[in-house]
Amino acid sequence: MKYSYYPGCSMHSTAAEFESSFRFVARVLGMELTEVEDWFCCGATPAHITDSLLGLALPTQNLLQARPAGLDVATTCAACYNRLKNANRVALEKPKKREALARVLGEEYKGEIPVRHILDIFVNDVGIDNIQRNVLFPLNGLRVASYYGCLLTRPPEVADFDDVENPVTMDKIVEALGGVALQWPFKTECCGASFSLSRSDIVGRLAGEILRYAKRAGAECIAVACPLCQSNLDLRQKEASEYEGVEFNMPILYITQLMAIAYGGGGKDVGLGKAIVNAESVVHRVFGHQGSERVER
Amino acid sequence: MARIGVFVCWCGSNIAGTVDVKKVAEEVSKLPYVVYSTDYKYMCSDPGQNMIKEAIKEHRLTGVVVSACSPRMHEVTFRRTVQDEGVNPYMMEMANIREHCSWVHDDMEQATEKAIELVRMAVAKAVELEPMEKIEVPVTKRALVIGGGIAGIQAALDIADGGVEVILVEKSPSIGGKMSQLDETFPTLDCSQCILTPKMVDAAQHPNIKIYSYAELEELDGFIGNFQARIRQKARSVDMDLCNGCGDCWNKCPQKKIPSEFEAGMSYRTAIYVPFPQALPNTPVIDRENCIYFQSGKCGTCAKICPTGAISYDKSDEFITEEVGAVVVATGYDLFNTDVIGEYGYGEVPDVISGLQFERLSSASGPTEGKIVRPSDGKKPEEVAFICCVGSRDDKYGRPYCSRICCMYTAKHAILLHHKSHGSQAYVFYIDVRAGGKGYEEFVRRATEEEGAIYMRGRGSRLYRDNGKVVVKGADTLSGAQIELHCDMVVLANGIIASPGAEELARKLRISYDEYGFYSEAHPKLRPVETNTAGIYLAGCCQAPKDIPDSVSQASAAASKVLALFSSDILTREPNIAEVNPFTCTGCFTCREVCPYDAIDEEEVTVHIDGKKVTRMIARVNLGKCQGCGICCAVCRSNAINLKGTKDLQIFGQIKAFTGSEGKKLDEPVGLKK
Amino acid sequence: MKWEIKTEDIHTSFRDEVEELSGESFGACYQCGKCSAGCPIAFAMDHGPTKIMRLCQLGMEDEVINSDTPWLCASCQACTTRCPREIDIAEIMDALRIIAKRRGIKPRTDPDIALFTEIFLSNLRWFGRIYELGLVGEFNLLSGRFFKDFGKAPAMFLKRKLALLPSNPFKWGKVREIFKKCEKMKEGDGRE
Repeated sequence: MKYSYYPGCSMHSTAAEFESSFRFVARVLGMELTEVEDWFCCGATPAHITDSLLGLALPTQNLLQARPAGLDVATTCAACYNRLKNANRVALEKPKKREALARVLGEEYKGEIPVRHILDIFVNDVGIDNIQRNVLFPLNGLRVASYYGCLLTRPPEVADFDDVENPVTMDKIVEALGGVALQWPFKTECCGASFSLSRSDIVGRLAGEILRYAKRAGAECIAVACPLCQSNLDLRQKEASEYEGVEFNMPILYITQLMAIAYGGGGKDVGLGKAIVNAESVVHRVFGHQGSERVER
Repeated sequence: MARIGVFVCWCGSNIAGTVDVKKVAEEVSKLPYVVYSTDYKYMCSDPGQNMIKEAIKEHRLTGVVVSACSPRMHEVTFRRTVQDEGVNPYMMEMANIREHCSWVHDDMEQATEKAIELVRMAVAKAVELEPMEKIEVPVTKRALVIGGGIAGIQAALDIADGGVEVILVEKSPSIGGKMSQLDETFPTLDCSQCILTPKMVDAAQHPNIKIYSYAELEELDGFIGNFQARIRQKARSVDMDLCNGCGDCWNKCPQKKIPSEFEAGMSYRTAIYVPFPQALPNTPVIDRENCIYFQSGKCGTCAKICPTGAISYDKSDEFITEEVGAVVVATGYDLFNTDVIGEYGYGEVPDVISGLQFERLSSASGPTEGKIVRPSDGKKPEEVAFICCVGSRDDKYGRPYCSRICCMYTAKHAILLHHKSHGSQAYVFYIDVRAGGKGYEEFVRRATEEEGAIYMRGRGSRLYRDNGKVVVKGADTLSGAQIELHCDMVVLANGIIASPGAEELARKLRISYDEYGFYSEAHPKLRPVETNTAGIYLAGCCQAPKDIPDSVSQASAAASKVLALFSSDILTREPNIAEVNPFTCTGCFTCREVCPYDAIDEEEVTVHIDGKKVTRMIARVNLGKCQGCGICCAVCRSNAINLKGTKDLQIFGQIKAFTGSEGKKLDEPVGLKK
Repeated sequence: MKWEIKTEDIHTSFRDEVEELSGESFGACYQCGKCSAGCPIAFAMDHGPTKIMRLCQLGMEDEVINSDTPWLCASCQACTTRCPREIDIAEIMDALRIIAKRRGIKPRTDPDIALFTEIFLSNLRWFGRIYELGLVGEFNLLSGRFFKDFGKAPAMFLKRKLALLPSNPFKWGKVREIFKKCEKMKEGDGRE
């Protein structure tokens, strides 16, 4: 299975463990990845909220750069996924915008390159059976609350690979890995997104609620598939704890990190040490106390 | 030799504002065969009609062209006018220079040119018109009512009281419909069953009403005054005459876990069952799909213990054909399925119930004997949220319309909660309160002013479970606040949708329906109980969402239409239907293949061709069924079938008038009014 | 908030401007409140999304443009997904932000949000891929919160989550070209 790969800015910095665990998992599952040549930032939220043409031009140019390879573009970051997929929708459905973009970019993009999120690829291309087959260390009934956030599921015209109110792709993967996917009501509630720096008080409250409901459902950790969600729940867990008046100590892991653990990855392949909140409890749960060396910091 | 009079109407300024009517009348007077041409402000008025009559007398007219509005408005009027003066009514032709001309164009010069063209074509057709006589068909004075809810029952009673025999067909085991499932009705809070059952009994005991329950319409053949209805009487497996209603069978039935349709899924029933205690007829039926005996051959308990031997498993569905003259459709409605709404939990959040389920909880004959309790743990709900407009006024779920009854039944629920569950608090999340009926506004005021209901204006965005309660994320737009309530129970006021199988039934009856499956009335304002299919009438929610008083009114209205239809022994039909030329018809029956009304029969004819006698089968038009659509005329390869009143010769005349030597064709199409 | 509305107040070009920019129609909104009910940030807003829609319907330009609501909108799309009239409310919020920016208006109580957006975009423009250290540094500097999250920085560095240096700025001519062209097309045709 070959894919063009669009990492997005966070993959090489604040979400480095998402990238490294994803690359490990991709190798195990037989996915061949080729980075989109000279990719650059998709503009995320700041671009489209201040300049709609710019907000489309940036992702469209990236897709034009991916076009020669002729492969589906795989994305890890939920925001990049949403922006690139939206650029496709505009290219297919809005001829006036398509023309305007052609004038800005010097080339017309007609929506030829499909954009896929890795959750979609894992469940629909790789298949749950294959996900399960490669498990060396089942998660031992680890109770995982899968948190999808907003951009992986909304709006349903753009993010269309899962149910908009009760998504299950990550849950299916967790179950296949031997964990317990918890049913809980805050799977898609917003974490505060790009307010991480400018209004971390808002993020504190929203993350606090998410953590509260995850804890109440009995979660031992929260699985995410978006760097901003991870950041808001992990980096800002202190603010969240302050708001809720409770110490959460809830490890926040990327779904690919859970997969990497189950597939026998170690050290950088899993990248557990990169989170602010200590994930040792997860390691102990899966491997018992001898497991620590398996997954070094 | 045709003598045609042309009458051009101003229609006030409707036509004259865009078309130079005087010029039209003047130009047209120059046409061959036109012996008189004039204009007048309102041709349909008394003086206008008198003008036509005077002109017929004075100029000895053989045909009339009225150049005015659409024939759908006044064709009948002007046919009668000419008939009064002794001219065959079918020698009157209308040229539509309003809907087809003055109402869609701006430019006076071009519109006038077009009007002249239209009238010229109408004159050319009028020259070729032939006198016709109305067709008479006999009438079977019996009525079929499909659906045994309150509308069907009312229609049946009214028709029966009018001295006409009624066949009432109901698909569930008992008549009564949704009304039998309600607890109390707004605005009087009458006990629903108490006011319904007397009518049910009246219907069951009326000498003129024959009820087929647990039966469905299989096929409807025929035409107005002459229908043949084939009814499938489903096998009850219980003999209605032998059964004495003792109840031993359902008490001993081992299959006890079938969700009860009558209880809206709030409790269970057995495989052999009577839907509710006051059911009529009070004879049980066996639900073969869920019966252990019918599915696996084991059990057979009920037949063994029945004291009168009324149960037998080897009965099959029977078919009965009834001859009727008119049909009233009163098939009712279904309720929007709330399980499809993701933000309300996809039906998986406990203690979130629908409106009808709340009725069953509140009802003394319901699963909790009238105690309003949480389904999850049977405890009393201290705080109950009622969410309105669920599946109504919602483009996202494909239901932009208002279901009309939910605001009222929610107010009723809030009042019932207050009465039956002391101390419980009702919160109603509404967008607008629609309370237009008599006493309705006062009823809603009662809910807020006397029964303590708190109304908040905002649609609920999400429901989820937390700590045994249901969290409601709502809003109150009036104060601008976001609202979060932790309630014990939530009632979703789901809206009305078409009943299951509505579209299939409509196709059997050949009546129209809209995109939601509601049956189309002939005119939304002035003909609410008739359909466009002659002889078939509508009553109740199958036509559109409405409450009980309106369903009953509509049912009585439909009944009056039926009785009016049966007031004479013969029916007259319009004669502009298809006609077969027996000499040129080759008997290929392509017309029969395409006829949507099944109006082509076969007949054997013997004709003389080249001096020889030839006998063969040709097509014959059924005078009663043909609706004059003309599809057969278009496909006939030998030009043997023609539509009377719009014959080929008449159409050719129009075409020739449009393109022929005297007139000039318009060089470019006239633009449409913006 | 303005309590007196006269005819001339209602019939401004503001409503048309927003409708054209967003491609959505205000006439469709019947003020059901579902957007406000589900908005995760409503608690921090002066006017919830329903109120903003209402103010736009009535042409109350001043209240809308000076409101922080469009800036506080997280673009989480919950409103758009659930609106029963299928109005893309998030898109309208985008349009309001853009119009505010056109008029040079910054959010009154939350200037940081607009500031962050500007810094992000200039970072993007120069470095092609976001240089997080620069982003955070500049933001903290310009928002006057010099030591915000300072405690987190060492941890981030040690875990190699924050690159010390940005990527080569000379590689990203194409990005700058895109920015320039978009700016030029602001008044041009076919832009929206």
